[in-house]
Amino acid sequence: MTGPVIAALWSHWRRNPLQLFTLLAGLALATALWSGVQAINAEARASYDAAAATLGEGRYGQLIARDGGVIAQDSYVALRRAGWLVSPVVEGRLQGVRLVGIDPLTAPGGIGPVTLGEGADIGAFLAGRGQVFAHPDAVAALADLDADVIVAPDAAPGTAVTDIGVAQRLLGREGQVSRLIVAPVQPLVQRPLAEVAPELDLRPARGGSDIGRLTDSFHLNLTAFGLLSFAVGIFIVHGAIGLAFEQRRPVVRTLRALGVPLGRLVWLMAAELMGLALVAGLAGVALGYVVAAALLPDVAATLRGLYGADVAGALTLRPVWLVSGIAIALGGTALAAGGALWRMTRMPLLASASPRAMSMAAGRGARLQAVGALGLLALAGALALWGSGLVAGFGLLAALLMGAALALPLVLDRVMALGQGRARGVVAGWFWADTRQQLPGLSLALAALLLAMAANVGVATMVSSFRLTFVGFLDRVLTSELYVYTADADQAALLEEWVTPRVDDVLPLYSVARGIAGLPSELYSARDAATYRENWRFLAAVPQVWDVLAAGEGVLVNEQLARRAGLALGDTVAVAADRALPVAGIYGDYGNPIGQAIVTEPLFRALYPDIAATRFGLRIAPEEVAGVRDALRDDFGLPAANIVDQAAIKAFSLSVFERTFKVTTALNVLTLAVAGFAMLMSLLTLATMRLPQLAPVWALGLTRRALGRYELLRAVLLAVLTAALALPLGLALAWVLLAVVNVAAFGWRLPMFFFPADYARLGLFALLAAGLAALWPALRLARTPPAVLLKVFSNER
Amino acid sequence: MLTVAALTKTYPGPDGPVHVLRGVSLRLAAGETLALTGESGSGKSTLLHLIGGLDAPDGGTITLDGAPVTGLDDRGRAALRRGKVGVVFQQFNLIPSLSVAANIAFQARIAGRHDAVWAQALADRLGLAAHLAKYPEQLSGGQQQRVAIARTLAARPRLVLADEPTGNLDEATADGVLDLMLGLIAETGAGLLLVTHSERLAARMGRRLHLRAGLLA
Repeated sequence: MTGPVIAALWSHWRRNPLQLFTLLAGLALATALWSGVQAINAEARASYDAAAATLGEGRYGQLIARDGGVIAQDSYVALRRAGWLVSPVVEGRLQGVRLVGIDPLTAPGGIGPVTLGEGADIGAFLAGRGQVFAHPDAVAALADLDADVIVAPDAAPGTAVTDIGVAQRLLGREGQVSRLIVAPVQPLVQRPLAEVAPELDLRPARGGSDIGRLTDSFHLNLTAFGLLSFAVGIFIVHGAIGLAFEQRRPVVRTLRALGVPLGRLVWLMAAELMGLALVAGLAGVALGYVVAAALLPDVAATLRGLYGADVAGALTLRPVWLVSGIAIALGGTALAAGGALWRMTRMPLLASASPRAMSMAAGRGARLQAVGALGLLALAGALALWGSGLVAGFGLLAALLMGAALALPLVLDRVMALGQGRARGVVAGWFWADTRQQLPGLSLALAALLLAMAANVGVATMVSSFRLTFVGFLDRVLTSELYVYTADADQAALLEEWVTPRVDDVLPLYSVARGIAGLPSELYSARDAATYRENWRFLAAVPQVWDVLAAGEGVLVNEQLARRAGLALGDTVAVAADRALPVAGIYGDYGNPIGQAIVTEPLFRALYPDIAATRFGLRIAPEEVAGVRDALRDDFGLPAANIVDQAAIKAFSLSVFERTFKVTTALNVLTLAVAGFAMLMSLLTLATMRLPQLAPVWALGLTRRALGRYELLRAVLLAVLTAALALPLGLALAWVLLAVVNVAAFGWRLPMFFFPADYARLGLFALLAAGLAALWPALRLARTPPAVLLKVFSNER
Repeated sequence: MLTVAALTKTYPGPDGPVHVLRGVSLRLAAGETLALTGESGSGKSTLLHLIGGLDAPDGGTITLDGAPVTGLDDRGRAALRRGKVGVVFQQFNLIPSLSVAANIAFQARIAGRHDAVWAQALADRLGLAAHLAKYPEQLSGGQQQRVAIARTLAARPRLVLADEPTGNLDEATADGVLDLMLGLIAETGAGLLLVTHSERLAARMGRRLHLRAGLLA
């Protein structure tokens, strides 16, 4: 019995290839968007992990030369003899590849591209020509190297690792070391660093991966976007499966009437869908791979520019996201088909198979849907008011989006009912009533459009707000035209004396790392200068905040410190062992992972007399910047690397944002295109069921061309109404991302800006998508031969 | 062969329960033909559906070849429809995605009794031989009805239940289709229970019963 039933079920797809394509394409697109974003995230994270494993960056304390230069190998030897467990590292660029030389015998465990105990020949690594372990993307560049190059996929991108002796020889740095890695456990007795190697500074280990923390914000946004895309996809799949079941309802009834048991039918249909989901999932993962591969160079450039994190520019096929992509496709299908199959098991054998069945069933479910929508929106409200933490933030996002999607058909139904009630003329009345009847069949595609547009509005608002805020923030913190760094206090004193007559103002930057309010923080100084008074903007501040600060009667704290320590204006914080000050102002400090506080310069110098300023901001007339920079380099002798041009930093930051925009814009367009596709497929599928409804209207005197026009108008009208609802939803989404998720994840809240022109453009784009989606079905309807329309009547009984 | 005793069925209605059948009893022997007539809403189709195992009664019993039909679960009723009963539906209920040939063979195949020679003979006798590769939507109403009859008879059921099988055909075509159906049923030795509004068609059956307000008159 199973064979003929499978043949009968499959014959439906064979005779309705468009519907099969809808189902497969919807599922494949949903999987592609999800797995594409996940692939980018997975690739970036793997790169950070490789970087951390290869270089030990952030995990261990480091000794670096105070002047930023190289360390003499003698200093390393002296430190080892003095009881310091340190390991030397030499770094340099060789044919564009970052070459890192380590000493495998003294390096802490876990550093290096390979574990030397696992098959690597330590003798070959240390002796002879030496072995160079290189990331696959770096192997080609090292082809002519005087050493054995070994491919090491786990190495950081663009990096090669070798023994320190080999690296020194290849880089021409014999007797030199770039930095020293400090082992986490040191002997109890060792001579102080200042005594053994006074020219070195100890940079303590940082908790967690610094790169990882900085890039988490970007990835969180990408993940949120991936989830939204998947939600859009699930709506498409749900719609496609729902319509497929609706169309097959009479066949199911017939099969049961002819003696096929319900249980077997349900299992066969479930197996059939899972088979289709597997095919679509594989196609989706492949498509996601293409999307990720296309976007990854931009993502890699963005991450490298923003945070200095090296991400491979080429994509590796990782089993984790391949499996997760397939699992998402199967899970999504199970989720979408579960309800339809359940309803099928409850459907009486003699249930009506009329085309109205779906809308009647929708009518019955409307009350339940309204309760669900209200419940979810109430939950979102409660989470916004009382929730805290990242989980609550994402819960709020999910409740808000699902609640809105559930509410959409009900809101549209009310609008249609209103239109029907106010319609003048019989055709207008029919138009509103007919549109209302189409809502159940289109509601899932419209919900997908709603989510896609809301995601576009929300993410665009978030990214643009982030950009505006960050640019404003850069303008504030980079007010000086030039920033200079000196090697030590003596050079700083000379520089201040030399540069003062040549510039408008010199702003020394003193800083000390210390715990503030129990949190790791940095205390900075600020000179009482017009530069700060004119440019700084506060999130909250007491009146005349700069006067309070200049009088040494207050302290400024960054937003992260204020939020994490629960500080408000007027609360007292200790800025030194015997000095506490009230908080006079709270400022935004985006991208900084730790707390920061600022006191006036005289007070800082009084509290920390041993700290010398080695960094300076220089205020110069714009036309004199180049001259001063050249003089600093040529006349004063400051290395070019120690002079930073503010305009160059800003231009660089903006170029990084432009690349970020390219990624988010591409994802936005893709999501909207997927939603447009959902509209097209729903309209095409419905079109085949529409003939019995439209044929009588045609017979009563409306032309086929007019019917086609009404179909087009209907799609555009529904898109306009959906867009009108998507705008507030998208703004709410942006608010959640900026004010809830961001705060929970990173400790700072971004102000929200509005971009009406962008929203208008998006609205037009959505209308265009809906119009294009409706065009084909409308044209098909307008060109339907009268014989086909007449057949509707000839088959009637 | 078929025994129906004190059958009752009630449906919920907007103004309270509707008692569609209120204690119907009848018997039908193998090879016998029986017409069931009555006004719209008298319960004819409901009685047919209950006998065919398409729905379950509220009270009474149905036995076919001595085996109880009432009390069977979904799987048992499905087996009954596959094995012993063939229903010719008022609205054909063909599978639109299968060809005419596949539709004719379908029920016999799922019953495990497909006989290609018999299926071809049915197609020939019912005038469908030229349409076997077509799909139902390409056929006229009368042709679709003949495919539905062929599908039912291809499985050689013990009992044929026909619900207004010629309702949408003109008189001449209806007579022709009924002639063919009666001839083929006589060859298989099956019993026939025919629901119809037509006094003319009912007169051609071996016996007739009239249903009024859920009771046999």
